[in-house]
Amino acid sequence: MDILGFTLLVGLGAFVAGGVGALTGLGGGVVIVPLLTLGFGVDIRYAIGASLVSVIATSSGAAAAYVRDGYINIRIGMFLEVATTVGAIAGGVLAALLSANVVSVIFGLALLASAIFSVAGRGDGREGLGSPLAQRLRLGGYLPVPGGQRAYAVQGVPGGFALMFGAGVLSSLLGIGSGAVKVLALDRIMGLPFKVSTTTSNFMIGVTAAAGAGVYLNRGYIDPGLAMPVMLGVLAGSMLGARLLVRSPPTLLKRGFTVVILVLAAQMIYSGVNGGAHV
Amino acid sequence: MSDGDRSMELAIGRLLRIGVAAAAALVLIGAGVYLWHHGAELPNYHSFRGEPRQLRHLGAILTDAGALHGRGLIQVGLLLLIATPVLRVAYAAWAFARQRDTLYVVITLTVLAVLLFSLLFMR
Repeated sequence: MDILGFTLLVGLGAFVAGGVGALTGLGGGVVIVPLLTLGFGVDIRYAIGASLVSVIATSSGAAAAYVRDGYINIRIGMFLEVATTVGAIAGGVLAALLSANVVSVIFGLALLASAIFSVAGRGDGREGLGSPLAQRLRLGGYLPVPGGQRAYAVQGVPGGFALMFGAGVLSSLLGIGSGAVKVLALDRIMGLPFKVSTTTSNFMIGVTAAAGAGVYLNRGYIDPGLAMPVMLGVLAGSMLGARLLVRSPPTLLKRGFTVVILVLAAQMIYSGVNGGAHV
Repeated sequence: MSDGDRSMELAIGRLLRIGVAAAAALVLIGAGVYLWHHGAELPNYHSFRGEPRQLRHLGAILTDAGALHGRGLIQVGLLLLIATPVLRVAYAAWAFARQRDTLYVVITLTVLAVLLFSLLFMR
């Protein structure tokens, strides 16, 4: 297969991944690396570099729309980005120390976790004042509701901050948005309304991924010929998916995609344990 | 929510949209040039070699793109994409400064410093 055919096929695969990712709310980034490594035999380092770039594109594109709707809590986002960007640099350092096989196994485990988190419940925000630290940082906000705004309080700041560091490490180590971990921190630990958690998580993903992408660009992991079809495909797919999505994600599609993620997780772990990932 | 926060949100939304659109357009142009010249060659991503110097560092990438090389043009588009969230953080620092919100100016500048460190110094 020549470069033209390869580019079109990778672009098509990225388009489908981005579309299904947006429709199901699971994000397309998690399947890009398995698609490239298992499907096209691409070295995992090039795959992670290309995936991370596409994550910036979809996150920034989606955040541009969400920020207009007024759900994103910019102060929480900015404050926790201190943790995710430092984590992203740590993840970039870690990536250079670990072998491709170990990264492949960690990737599989992260896929498993994201499939499990996706069926977890959602909070709808808490009333009251919030923890003293959250008050000092003025993290509380307002949720747009029919007929006005509703105030919500924030707590669990140290726990959320620590988990966000972990999300940053995973993001640059694996080239994913790690939105599942971010939502877990915002929703479960800090007690934000679900809509604020998902949109603020998305808002933070671009900055987190940019920190990781900087490291990978300097290290020569980001190949323009590969990143081009991945970025354009995922971006176009996720824009179309977001437009098609009117209300809640279609249940059948979400179940199907979760099964795909579980199968990919098993294959990534298998290929890592067997030494099949390219070293 | 204060009016300052709301106008910051709208400006950030515009900035993100323009950044992504401009980056995608540049990558698309670069893709045309790249596929025109190299479309018939064979891809080789099976083993990792790392990118050559002219596709790794800011100044060198700009020189390569200036010569209208397809891969250089794509890489400038990707750089613009990586720069978009960085610009968003820089803008937020300025907006918080206008609100005289010292705490958040410090927090935002810390994020900006970490980002610039990763882009310029991490190898």
